[in-house]
Amino acid sequence: MPSQIVSLVVNGERREFIAAPGATLLACLRESLGLIAAKRGCAQGACGTCTVLVDGRPEAACLVAVETVADGSVRTLEGVTSGGELDEVQSAFIDCFATQCGFCTSGMIMVAEALLDRNPDPSEDDVIEAISGNVCRCTGYRPIVIAIMEAARRRREQAVPR
Amino acid sequence: MAKLRGRGHASVNYPTGMNLGGDPSQALIHATTTGTFVVSLSSVDLGQGIKTIAAQCAAETLGLPIGNVLVDTADTDTGPHCMGTFASRGSHRVGNAVIMAAAEARGVMLEVAAEELEVDAADLETDGTGFIMVKGAQDRRIHVTDLALAAHFKHGRTISGRGVYLKEPSAPVPETGEMDPDSCQAHACTVAVVEVDDETGVVEVLELFNTYEVGRALNPAMATQQVEGGAWMGVSHALFETTEPYYPVRDHGPRDFAGYLMPGPADLPIQHSLLLERPAANGPYGAKGIGEMTANAPIPAIANAIFDACGVRLTSMPFTPERVLRGLDALRMEEPC
Ligand code: FES
Ligand code: FES
Repeated sequence: MPSQIVSLVVNGERREFIAAPGATLLACLRESLGLIAAKRGCAQGACGTCTVLVDGRPEAACLVAVETVADGSVRTLEGVTSGGELDEVQSAFIDCFATQCGFCTSGMIMVAEALLDRNPDPSEDDVIEAISGNVCRCTGYRPIVIAIMEAARRRREQAVPR
Repeated sequence: MAKLRGRGHASVNYPTGMNLGGDPSQALIHATTTGTFVVSLSSVDLGQGIKTIAAQCAAETLGLPIGNVLVDTADTDTGPHCMGTFASRGSHRVGNAVIMAAAEARGVMLEVAAEELEVDAADLETDGTGFIMVKGAQDRRIHVTDLALAAHFKHGRTISGRGVYLKEPSAPVPETGEMDPDSCQAHACTVAVVEVDDETGVVEVLELFNTYEVGRALNPAMATQQVEGGAWMGVSHALFETTEPYYPVRDHGPRDFAGYLMPGPADLPIQHSLLLERPAANGPYGAKGIGEMTANAPIPAIANAIFDACGVRLTSMPFTPERVLRGLDALRMEEPC
């Protein structure tokens, strides 16, 4: 099978690039599009550090053959920041000190975005379940759970019309 | 069949640094034209935060805002020498080297300021916001940006400094093995509360109480996170992580995250952490190293808590359900029927 041109909407913008057959979404994002927030931890779906949203769902980009999501819409951490402003999840991660080495952070934020998109008022158990596919070797997870709860609170407060 | 609750504690003394053939780290610092102080190091930050600690030590010593410090650990080929970030030595060795380099740079900074302000350098002080001023005459002052420009373009001076911390070599006394291995020791005690299911053998860690004597917590938020992230790793060693039963034949052993068991976010104990500060005479602003020790105390504390809960004394990690159940069986065998 030859390489082919793949078209995706990435962070709201249509992008086209050449992909070898079987190329992963992660490799295309990082190498063809220069979007390196999603990290390659295990390359086997076990660590979650490559998580991006495909049509709103969190996916391990290392396991997704890019042609299977052609013409789909992909959101990466780069697309979370709008106009240089951090969003609620990002700023809560900073304020709650939910990162140490930072390698898991991009994946953690993306699963949190997906969670808060579908459930603006999650319980702690909901948060724990959402991040249970993501490995963090530094923080002991607790600060991450607290940060996502805090982000949810901030987002709900902002949604209240004044 | 019941869930049995137990409590155990363990304490640890942990050396800061090591000493084989002498243990040095060096730091160089220089000001750019606009008054950013670049700290050059070969000390690698692999996420533990040495860049933050180095920047704090430099800013504190220079008397400047931390925003005026830029830590460059770019290249171990061209940077000043560092033995490496291991042996819980980074904050101690590198912190001391940075303080020494920054003190020399501060001396030059005050000399140039003395020329600009036409006063004696000994009469100058820094205000921590970026100004160098005459003591008692707050309006006679110069900002570090203007000062650095003047140093470069008027006075032909480099505002720079060199620093090194060397733990000198110490050979063991052949008869006794006695030597001087470390620079100071940090201390910790962990109390673990566990629940043991005597039907399944599953151990759950409910709570950890961590007390750490760290000399000086240069960055309390980072120190606390090191304590709690390390304790999580200790729980992981105690209950989950192993290359057994494959060791020593590793052919089918777990080699990756998919096969290697670790606690996830749902397996977390509640942690209570306390930092005690007893400054070490040779530490940077009194700090000791607490890098590696944070995974240590939880393990024996959990073993002791399991013993307290159900009487099973486990001496091999991890404390798997199988080992707990075998221990319970052995206890039942001992009991007279
Ligand atoms: S890199 Fe994709 S899950 Fe680990
Ligand atoms: S912050 Fe290092 S892995 Fe999560």
